[in-house]
Amino acid sequence: MIEIRNVSKWYGPTQVLADASTHVAKGEVVVVCGPSGSGKSTLIKCVNGLEPFQQGTITVDGISVGDPKTDLPRLRARVGMVFQHFELFPHMSVERNLALAQIKVLGRSKEEAAARGVALLDRVGLRAHAHKFPGQLSGGQQQRVAIARALAMDPICLLFDEPTSALDPEMIGEVLDVMVELAQEGMTMVCVTHEMGFARKVAKRVVFMDHGEIVEDAPAARFFDTPASERAKTFLARILHH
Amino acid sequence: MGEFDFSVWQPSLPFIRDGLLFTLRLTLVAMSGGIVIGTLLALARLSPIAPLSRIAGAYVDLMRSIPLVLVILWFFLVIPFITGSPVGAETSAVITFTAFEAAFYCEIMRSGIQSVPRGQVDAAQALGLGQAQTMVHVILPQAVRNMIPVLLTQTIVLFQDTSLVYAIGAKDMLKAADVVGKNYNRPVEMIMLSALIYFAICFSLSLAVKQLQKRVAIIR
Repeated sequence: MIEIRNVSKWYGPTQVLADASTHVAKGEVVVVCGPSGSGKSTLIKCVNGLEPFQQGTITVDGISVGDPKTDLPRLRARVGMVFQHFELFPHMSVERNLALAQIKVLGRSKEEAAARGVALLDRVGLRAHAHKFPGQLSGGQQQRVAIARALAMDPICLLFDEPTSALDPEMIGEVLDVMVELAQEGMTMVCVTHEMGFARKVAKRVVFMDHGEIVEDAPAARFFDTPASERAKTFLARILHH
Repeated sequence: MGEFDFSVWQPSLPFIRDGLLFTLRLTLVAMSGGIVIGTLLALARLSPIAPLSRIAGAYVDLMRSIPLVLVILWFFLVIPFITGSPVGAETSAVITFTAFEAAFYCEIMRSGIQSVPRGQVDAAQALGLGQAQTMVHVILPQAVRNMIPVLLTQTIVLFQDTSLVYAIGAKDMLKAADVVGKNYNRPVEMIMLSALIYFAICFSLSLAVKQLQKRVAIIR
């Protein structure tokens, strides 16, 4: 589904991704973790072309992201993304947030889009909040709406960029519950997260990054029980004893 | 020292009303036209196409570096000189103000557009919206909302500045007051009256903007 091959990226003279390679098969859940500034967010933003990269190739469902001939908006419409700061559109009600791209990008009718939106809000337990504005919702609720918004496009895979790190601790659970459910239903997911409980529960593999490099790419159980590198050990020790 | 005679205010009212209507019309047209053209200029300034951004930038710099009264006079005098046919003072005023204010609204819209967080653009694009769709549905509505108080404050300034059409003899409120003042030989009283009206309108608008600012602050 997603193939990342030898991707390197620089911001000016600073290298932020160094020869990164990994892959995500259909129905797989892959967790990307690592210290801050290790390039994890940058890597997943390269997957839907929000960030350009200078070397290597990324293909999603056989379509090359870096190819200038690729219709990026069309590809992005099929790849859902959930952001750290939710990024709901604050000037639109929840239902409008869910309907906008369905109508403008997929060409669905208003009725179709609304029906799909309601069904998804129901699914994330927020049907009663359809008419509210994002500012009237808690962080956890906003993030669940953001997941519903991504799902409304019927994506072939979902990218999560630290979906719980901007949340108050008591709201993390409600968002993770939705994510676990999605994973169990077989959604292809790439999650940048520090939620190691989530990773243990649903991740097939864990990709550990440091300084723009993929240091480890291992089955989740092996990564947690016997991390191969010193850097991963240090990282895990720090994050698990926290 | 002479004495004030405010009895002139009564018969002047129909003229003042007509003048005020023109002033308001000029303000509204220049505001709407200025915001539309200003927004287009802002988009051009922020465009990655260098020539486009440079031309828009030059236009804004030019307009912001010339006193308005000179632009008004220049347009009124030079256009007939070039085209051979005179433009009426009123038409001339509308065109000049729209063109001039566009430069100021451009800068307001530009900072409004830049005030929308980068993450909003990412979110819109991640959903597959194209650049134009992102601008129209996600960025501009938020930019306008963020900038409403500043846009209105600029419009109050515009409302006051319309009195400069006095220079080309367009019949705005100040001109009406001036004419009545001369006819009744009561110029001081008439100038006081127009000052009072300008003050009353601008001051209440300013208060309204302050109220609005508070409400916008709560919504955000």
